[in-house]
Formats: sequence, structure tokens, C-alpha cells
Amino acid sequence: MSEWNQLTVHQCRELLERGTCSSRQLVENLIEVIHALEPNLGAYLSVDEEQALRQADAADALRRQGKTARLLGIPIAVKDVINVAGQPCTCASRILEGYRSPYDATAIARLRAEGAVFLGRTNMDEFAMGSTTENSAFHITRNPWNRECVPGGSSGGSGAAVAADEAIAALGTDTGGSVRLPASFCGCVGLKPSYGRVSRYGLTAFASSLDQIGPMTKDVRDAAILLGIMAGHDSRDSTSVAAPVPDYQAALQRDLSGMKLGLPREYFIQGLDPDVEAGVQEAIRQCERLGARIVDVSLPMTPHAVAAYYIIASAEASANLARFDGVRYGLRVKDAVDPMDMYQRTRAMGFGPEVKRRIILGTYVLSSGYHDAYYLNAQKVRTLIRRDLEQAFQACDVLLTPVAPTAAYRIGEKSQNPLQMYLGDIFAVPASLAGMCALSVPCGFTSHRLPIGLQVIGPAFCEERILRAGYAYEQTTAWHRQKPPVMAPELHLTDKNDNEL
Amino acid sequence: MNYSATIGLEVHVQLATRTKMFCACNTDFGSPPNTHVCPVCLGYPGALPVINEEAVRLTVMTGLMLGSEINPFSKFDRKNYFYPDMPKNYQISQYDRPLCIGGAVAIEANGVAKTIPLTRIHLEEDVAKNMHVRNASSIDFNRAGHPLMEVVTEPELDSSEEAFAFLQALKQILLYGGISPCNLEEGNLRCDVNCSVRPAGQPALGVKTEIKNLNTFKGVFQSLQYEIKRQIAVLESGGTIVQETRRWETETGITESMRSKEAAHDYRYFPDPDLMPVVLSSEQIECWKALLPELPRQRCDRLVRQYSIPPYDARVLSADKAMADYFEEACRYYASSQATRSAHAVAPSAAAGDEKLAKTGPKAISNWLMTEMLRLLSEKGIDIDQAAIRPKALAELVRLAEAQVVNSNTAKDVFAALFEQGGDPELWVKQKGLVQVSDAGAIEAMVEKAMADHPGSVADFRAGKSAALQFLVGQVMRASKGKAHPQRVQELLKKKLTTTAN
Ligand SMILES: [Zn+2]
Repeated sequence: MSEWNQLTVHQCRELLERGTCSSRQLVENLIEVIHALEPNLGAYLSVDEEQALRQADAADALRRQGKTARLLGIPIAVKDVINVAGQPCTCASRILEGYRSPYDATAIARLRAEGAVFLGRTNMDEFAMGSTTENSAFHITRNPWNRECVPGGSSGGSGAAVAADEAIAALGTDTGGSVRLPASFCGCVGLKPSYGRVSRYGLTAFASSLDQIGPMTKDVRDAAILLGIMAGHDSRDSTSVAAPVPDYQAALQRDLSGMKLGLPREYFIQGLDPDVEAGVQEAIRQCERLGARIVDVSLPMTPHAVAAYYIIASAEASANLARFDGVRYGLRVKDAVDPMDMYQRTRAMGFGPEVKRRIILGTYVLSSGYHDAYYLNAQKVRTLIRRDLEQAFQACDVLLTPVAPTAAYRIGEKSQNPLQMYLGDIFAVPASLAGMCALSVPCGFTSHRLPIGLQVIGPAFCEERILRAGYAYEQTTAWHRQKPPVMAPELHLTDKNDNEL
Repeated sequence: MNYSATIGLEVHVQLATRTKMFCACNTDFGSPPNTHVCPVCLGYPGALPVINEEAVRLTVMTGLMLGSEINPFSKFDRKNYFYPDMPKNYQISQYDRPLCIGGAVAIEANGVAKTIPLTRIHLEEDVAKNMHVRNASSIDFNRAGHPLMEVVTEPELDSSEEAFAFLQALKQILLYGGISPCNLEEGNLRCDVNCSVRPAGQPALGVKTEIKNLNTFKGVFQSLQYEIKRQIAVLESGGTIVQETRRWETETGITESMRSKEAAHDYRYFPDPDLMPVVLSSEQIECWKALLPELPRQRCDRLVRQYSIPPYDARVLSADKAMADYFEEACRYYASSQATRSAHAVAPSAAAGDEKLAKTGPKAISNWLMTEMLRLLSEKGIDIDQAAIRPKALAELVRLAEAQVVNSNTAKDVFAALFEQGGDPELWVKQKGLVQVSDAGAIEAMVEKAMADHPGSVADFRAGKSAALQFLVGQVMRASKGKAHPQRVQELLKKKLTTTAN
């Protein structure tokens, strides 16, 4: 059987343009693989086969008429927090079970205008709150490299789907590492754009001052392609920035000569998993071999980042999630005696424990008497962290760091200890708080054969730099081409009609 | 004991923008429920607000008209509380950086002029409308997200009369600036009032109560009158005032305590991360300043200058923008019709004589507005915009009277008729046969007939009883069905009575 499902976006485009395969064949192939793998993976919350095939046929028809577009007929999986007209958007929460989006997010509209096919909705931590995808109200997602391990989160479904070739590419969202962490844990590429680079219109808000939609792909070129399509000012999002969108693919070069790569001292500390450290150090040496100069930098505010992040993100979330009240859409309990009773019982029933924890935390830090001590101070820390990074970028072009202190860990290992899990975000949140861009690129495996991610952080609106560094490194290594071994046999256990062979 | 009251107002003004505060939905009033809604104003997941710049401009213009300081850097905040009429369960409002700071409104109450200082003017979004249908609740989101400007006064109003005068003065300024249609029936102006009393002479303010959501000026006036009396009665009987929110019950005419649970809110304000701060350059503010409309006081001065009407008239007319607009429009029609006046004349004009009509042009128009118009408007309880007689018709009526095509009594009847039905006064006068008879031959015939019919009166006059003249004039007027030119009739009678005697 064909393995078109393993293609990248740019490879798909080539084959589709040459007529080697049709969009329908591509989508059918993916659906087949999804049927085979999903029982053991759980990357998707829903797959709209009928609609995807209809879109694929439409794309094929256009191509026969001589039309073309950058993503014509190429299927993309979408994290279940981004609105696609007519599709569910549960945010992995009971409170939005059965809800269907009345509109397309701007990022989706831009991908649609380039002919993308929207295959299905990927699993996530409820309302993007989590680092393991264990907080989904519906089911967990397993790591394709080791099914006993978490895929990372909150965009764990997208990471797992891409790594397991259940998707050509996927969209995730990153608030404090939610694209980079699952990319790192699953061994794919994940890009968090600078704040304001991609419109948030249609992205169900978790923390409005931090959220960004980012591509999760099989290589850096694909990330550049998808970012190039989604980026740019949107009149529906006041926080999207009108800076011109460069040709990101043109930035992809095979050497790093003249580039200065900064290593923040505070990121290479005790507690960093030795395998992860070794992988990242080897990646740094590889970059040096490619002509980059390595400089030592310091980000002294790093230890305060996680606390500031959880205060700010939770404060914003407490207001953003207030709209889920049972009045206009989503879950509503029956027989409420008055509006307050309806709110309380609907929200008690509809939200999971992590979401409740953050709403309570966020409400608390904004309460009168505590507002200044928590919320205002966290904002001050945020400003200092931004200055830290800006200062560092005086001395270097990009920063190289691990994405997380560890590789993927076992399911359930940290879910009972939220604080320990929050600390796993320590390398990811500074770029988020500072509004800067960051890329996660596969850079090896641990002794347990779990992927390790290299983080490339760049200044705001300098995505070309992180793409260039990530691409040059990736093209001289083979980590991104490795496939999770356990997936292969299952692929051949079923035929087209999903019958066991 | 004597008590003084202290009152502060928060006036919510729906702005006259075409679209809502944060989305492109229409702001039309009276459409079927939930027809002007979209993901943004319904608070759908993922939808984002975008600031309506026209609403910012209207708020800044208001601040400029009221002498506020315009904040060069203001921002929007989220005010968090759960209520079914709030789509997001937070309201986008302005907390510590409103668009306008300070300012004042000049009022006159009980014959005393006073300036009421403002605390601030800020911009926010309106909420939806809850409705109760049989045993269910339903919500109309058409109003949700309408731009709402809040004008907050310092607590420096001393009486319900002053509160009433403040609202009227503010309304006039808002109308002058085109800021809001100020239509109370449509809920364009809604008011929260704060009120406390204290023994006269005591420097410290008393405990205040708040009465929420009053949507008529009369409601503000009456609820304050009640509340002040209530608070005094509580203090007189040795009780204490509880700081609370109260509801005005229009039917019973009393204020009632709302459950304190509803009033005790911690709104947890924080800057709305979906919106960028509003930064206004001094150039932008200057540019808007240059476009400031004329305000009631400036207009009053100009009316005196431009139309040579007495200051009293100018003050009355300019107090109501619609009235002043009407006046000026009528004056324009009047001026343009003067050029073609002779062509319109349907009867020969004679030397002016009627004392009331001696006041020509603008002064005559002003007289009509201040007497007949105001009387009929208040009788009917309508606004001048709703009067069927339009400025052009009034201008023509004035011209007809000046040209003595109609006499003053007839003109009043015509005015009353056109006030109800509208139309062209000249056509009306012709159709109803009301043209004043000034024709010397026709009047002479009627005069001679009256003298022949009433020889006794003729004799009386000649015997020195001048009262007999008025009787004879009356007879002629009756014969003419009121259309004869009274002055001419009198002159001719006098002449005939005296000459024939010789
Ligand atoms: Zn709307």
C-alpha cells in the first residue's frame, strides 16, 4: 500500500502537481491510517471523513481545471480549539460538547483560501490548559514513540498525529509552550510565532496576551510554508501586527555562517535530564560546525518566569472562560431555578479539574486586595523578562536551549502534581511572556528512545532567523526523518474497508 | 432640623454610531430580536473585539464640549461579573484610564445658575435586554455591544431639581454635538443616581444609596424626591442609612432595596488583552477640537447678532437644538422667498398697520415659535420635529401675514390647522377662502351696507359716541366672515361717517 500519509506538505504539493496522486487518494490514505492507529493513539477528537473527501474532490476538480494554490488538496489537522466553520470546536471540554463553529478562524480562512483540506480535530488539554493532553475531557493521547508516555501538551493530539503520520501537518496553539512541548515530546517541528504574527481571531482564548496559533510539521520547510500563509495583519484582531510578512522559505539556508547563537546560562542547570542535555549540546556543536558562533548569555529573570506565567495566564483565563455559562451555546444543565444556579451547575459539570483550578487561581489573583501583589507584580516580572531577552539579543541572533528539562514522561507520572508539571514549562514560558518567536526541532533521542527537542528562540518578528537556524541544523541531521517504530506493523493490519487482515 | 442632600449622577448615553462598539453589527433600534448579532457581540468562542473609532471620536467630542481633559493614553478594561444580559460575562469598559477626565455642565435650577463638575467620561459596551415571556426568560442581544458613553458627575448636585436641570442641559449639548439621538423611549439615556443627606451645616457627607437604571428624567426627579424624604425620615426617627442599591418602582412611586447580594461585586478589573490602548495625539485632538459644533450659549449669541432678535428670544430658541434649527431654517426660507415676494402676492399689499404683524421676518418667526408653537407642542406633548407644520410653511405664513394676505386672527387659525395637518399655507388660505379682503371697492360696499343697516349707530357716532365705531367695524368684519382688513374697514368707516356728516 502507498505511504502518502508520510509525506510533508511540500512533498504533497509536488506529487499533486505532477499528478502522481490525487487529493482524494491522499485523504483516503490518511483516513485508513487514522482508522488503524487511533484505537492505540487517540490523537483525534473527531475526523470528518465525508467533508474532508468532499474538499479533496473539489481540490482535485480545481487542479484538473488548471488551477493551483499553495495548499491545494493538502489535508491539515486542526487542534480542537481553533474554529472551522461547520466543525466541532470542543476545546476538549464537556462544556462545548456538541457545539459547532459558525465561522472560520482567520488562520483557517487563509489556509482554506490556499486550498487546504480540513481533515479533523486533534485532542488537547481542556482549553489548552496542561502539558500532557491528559486533561482532555474525552480521552488521553499516547506518545507514538512509547504508548505508555504522554505526547506533551496542550497540543498533544496535533503532535502525535504528525509524528505518527496520521496527518501531513497540523495546527497547534502555544500559550506557554503548548506547540513546542508536544513537538519536542513527539519528535516533530513546532513553531510558536511572535505574539501578533498570526491572527487570534477564531482561536478560543485561553490567555489572550499569550496565545498564538503555530504549525506542527514534519520538517522546518513545512513550518515556513504554513506560517507564511497564516501570518499577517487581520483587521478582526487588534493585537495582530501590521509588519510585512517576509518570504520565510527564502530564509531557509543550509549554513549558519555569520550567525551568533546564544546559550542562556540559566537554561543549562541542575535538574536538566542528562540525555536531553547531551542531545542539545551535540546540536550546539553541529551548529558550530555549520559556521555559527556560540556566545554565552544570561537571562537572570528565568527562575521567576513560571510563576509570572501562571498568574497572568490564569487571570486572563478566568475572564475568557466566563462566557461558558449555558446561556447561548454548549452545555446547559436542566431545571435550573435561576441564572446563578444555572451558571454554577453548568460550569461545575462542564469544566474539568485543571480548568477549575486555573479559574479559581485567576479569580483569586485579580481579587481586590490581592490584585496588586499578584497580578501587577507578575506584569512587572513579565516586563523584566522581556528586557532580559532583548538584552540577550543584543549579543546574539537567536538563543539555543532545550524545549523542556526532560523528554516525554509516563502517563499519570505528573498528573497528580500540577506544580511539578508547571515547572516543565520553565524553558518555554519566557519566550511566550516576551512575545518572541520560538521553534522546536528534533535533536536526538534519549536512551529510552524518546525524542528530544532543540528550542531556537528569536526576537519578535524575526521568524526568518529561527527558521534559518532550525533548517540548517535539521538538513544536516536525520532526526526529523525517524519514524516511531511501533506504528508500522499496525498500518498493515487493516485494508481499505477497515477489515482486519 | 434642616437637611441638605448631595447627589451624583452616572449617565449612560448610547452613542449615535452606525455600528456597535466592537463589531460591525448595525445599531438600529426596534428590529426583531437577535437580528443584529454576530460571534463578537454574542461572545462566541474565539471572537475578538475591535474598537469602533467613531465611538471614541464622539466621546472625545463630548469631552471637548464639556471642557474635559482628554487622556492622551487611555485603555479598555474587563469588568467581570455574571449576568444573563452579558454575553461574555465581562463588560469591556474603562477603569483607571478613561478617555476624558473632568469637565463641567452649566445648569440653571430654581432661577439659580450653577456649574456641575464632572469626574470623568468613559466608553463601554451596552448589555443585552432581558425579557420575560410567560414563565420563561429570553434575551435580545441586538442592544448588546452598542457603544455606551458614561458621564459621571462629582457629587455636587443639591436637589432633584438640579439633577433634572443637569440632565436637560446635558441632553441639549449631546444633541448639539450629534453625540446621541437622546431618545429616552429607545433607552438612549439611562441614569444611575447616588444620593445622601446630612444635617445642614455638617461637613461630612451622609451614607449614600444608589438608585439604578432610571430611564426617564421624570424618574430621576421623582425617585430623588422620594429618596431624600425617605433618608431624612430614617434619620429623624433615629435610624441609620444603609449603603445599598435601590430600585425605583414607577408604579408605586417608591424606592426599594435590592438584595445586597446583587450589589456586592468585586469586578476584578484588568486591562483587556484583546485591545490595544487608545493613544490620541495632540494633533488628532486639535483636529477634532476644530470641528466642535456650536453649543447652546454660542448659538444664543449668534442668533442675536445674525437675526437681530432680542436676547430673551435667542435664549429660549437656542435652549433646544431642534427649536433653534427650526427657527434658522424658517428664516432661510423667509429670506429666499422675499426676493420673489411680489410674484406670490395674491392681494394688493397696503401700508403696514396691524401692530402684531409689524414685527417682520425673524422676529415674527420667533414670536410664532415662542407663543403658538410652544403652546401647541406642550398641549400635544410632542417635540417640534413631530409638528406637521414645517419651517418652510411657517416662513410662508409669516410672509402672507406681512403681505396682509391674511389678518392676524386668520393666521393663527391657519397655523393651528397646519400644525395638525401640514401643507402649504398659501394653498390652504386659498382653498378655505381666507384671503383677507383689502379690495377698496368690496370693503366700501360692506361699509355702506353696515351704515345703511344700522342707522342708529351711525347717529350715535355722529353724536360723539365713539364706541359706535367699533360696533360698525364688527358688523363689517362679520359680513366679511373675518376676512376684511380690519384697519382698512376702520379707516373707511371713519372717513365715511365724518365726511357724510359734513
Ligand atoms: Zn455583532
